[in-house]
Amino acid sequence: MAELQLKSRRFRAEREADWRRLETLLNRVEKGGARRLNRDELVEMPVLYRQALSSLSMARAISLDQGLIGYLESLCTRAYFFVYGTRARPLERLAGFFTDEWPRAVQALWRETVVSAALMALGAVGAYVLVARDPDWFYGFIPQALAGGRDPMATTAFLHDTLYQKLTGHEALGALAAFLFTHNSQIALFAFALGFALCLPTAGLMIFNGCMLGAFLALFAAHGLAFQATGWLMIHGVTELFAVTLAGAAGFSIGWAVAFPGQRTRVDAAADAGRRGALVMGGVVVMLFVAGLLEGFARQLIQNDLARLSIAAASALVWGLYFYLPRRARPT
Amino acid sequence: MTAAATTNRKPKRTSRPRRPVDDGWREFVTPEGVDLRLKIGAFGERCAAFLIDVGIIAATLLALTLLLAAIGAGTGWKGTGEAATIIWLLGFFLAREAYFIGFELRPNGATPGKRALGLRVAARDGGRLTANAVFARNAMRELEVFLPASFLFAQGQGVDAGLMVLGAIWSGIFVLFPLFNRDRLRLGDLAAGTMVVKAPRRVLRPDLAQDGPVLIGAIAFTEAQLDAYGIKELQVLEEVLRRADRRAIAEVSTRIRAKIGWETPLEVSDKTFLNAYYTGLRARLETRMLFGHRRADKFDRS
Repeated sequence: MAELQLKSRRFRAEREADWRRLETLLNRVEKGGARRLNRDELVEMPVLYRQALSSLSMARAISLDQGLIGYLESLCTRAYFFVYGTRARPLERLAGFFTDEWPRAVQALWRETVVSAALMALGAVGAYVLVARDPDWFYGFIPQALAGGRDPMATTAFLHDTLYQKLTGHEALGALAAFLFTHNSQIALFAFALGFALCLPTAGLMIFNGCMLGAFLALFAAHGLAFQATGWLMIHGVTELFAVTLAGAAGFSIGWAVAFPGQRTRVDAAADAGRRGALVMGGVVVMLFVAGLLEGFARQLIQNDLARLSIAAASALVWGLYFYLPRRARPT
Repeated sequence: MTAAATTNRKPKRTSRPRRPVDDGWREFVTPEGVDLRLKIGAFGERCAAFLIDVGIIAATLLALTLLLAAIGAGTGWKGTGEAATIIWLLGFFLAREAYFIGFELRPNGATPGKRALGLRVAARDGGRLTANAVFARNAMRELEVFLPASFLFAQGQGVDAGLMVLGAIWSGIFVLFPLFNRDRLRLGDLAAGTMVVKAPRRVLRPDLAQDGPVLIGAIAFTEAQLDAYGIKELQVLEEVLRRADRRAIAEVSTRIRAKIGWETPLEVSDKTFLNAYYTGLRARLETRMLFGHRRADKFDRS
């Protein structure tokens, strides 16, 4: 070959093999994850990445070949995302999530959780008092579709039957559980995601959720069925209401960060709160799944009030201990 | 003639107002201190990627439903209707969460749809993309798209038109939200501290100056001829050569020949001429760059 005249050409000729090597490794990684590399190649990767980065800086300084600079930029970006990318081994992460991250995140949100629970209780008590005074309020709280005939016009016998109704066969149970789960998780996601609007929609949602609870209880209490209705509601309600409360708490934390970002910018503060909240929400979806199972299956299969209430109490105990039992500081 | 034209335009050009046009390129400094310069993913591309992803999920569920129907027809199993309901209620929810989160957690940080369009998710601060961030940005998508969509599709459950209109307005606001900020962030990106960037794979193409040294002996340019252009023109020339469109090459070649006053008894093809001129110009500009002169374009007379 003739004598190389351009410095940028010689520069490229000297380093091209390393870039190609990095590219081949990256192609393999992007196809099948880091497991595709053996130990030596894993060690090689960061070295090649830093070489490519320095080549890029160099190329920007000495070369005017756009094709080369563009290639190096794309190569470095890909390598960067591998070297500094997510380090998630799915199963390990999942285990870490349930044993440590989730309960810790829930604990950290205890203030918001208290507020959120208080708002729901406020709604419940308020609606209970209102409906107990004037049954017409009931229609204001419960949508017609959800009531399914359980309204102040219904007879005691009918209401009693709804608490112990057996669905014909097992066919509908699965579908019902699936529907309830989807419905509830959407409400929870709603409460979480609306938090960014300065907490207000989340607060409204919490109060309204409480109102529905209170109105239902007031209706059954008027017919002397308060005890039975509590069992019917709480067998899954403990889990479900807890989950919705936590979702609200996560929403509040975002709204609070947006309203009072402190030293950071609003966007940064919201992003921090959002990531913490998302952790809680991941678990909330799991809780709602459990609640959906309890509501769809256990409630239909268990017809005894005391059994229902004891399941409710047990679930309250389990969740409470799981979340709020003091934990050792995380070894870092 | 050409010289007169240049001198005429010169004062106009030096006083031209520099309007900062947002071209979508963003500084992205790695911990090593090198700016990788990332391009923000365009709104249209992201919509397209999303539609591809939803299409894949829906096709999978549809295939599953058909399989179920076939099993039901074959074995006479009664539960197919209920199972189909579960697939579409629960399956769709779980499938889309698992799909988006699962794919974005992989090393290429992109769902198949994003990958098809050369997009990927990145942390906005240049740090590691955490699993929590991926979860947060996908949880928000529920609110932005799927929740209002469920309003629209919820028929026969006493859902009135008002709610549907509300849902449409709602999702309209959120879906268009990325258009109203610089980095095309959707709400989920905002909450998770992520952004979607264009990170296409590029191949290393041959150096255009490859054939230069051999040819430069035959075609020699004077220093004045090489000083006719700057870096910007060099890059345009590179693009023209790489695209290898015959008409463009002929046109550019004629222009350059006229501008530098190229007169030679040698009959040289347009492509050879341009290749030689590219090499000569690049060598000249790179040498000047090494000495600290970065000549931006042909109007730059420093």
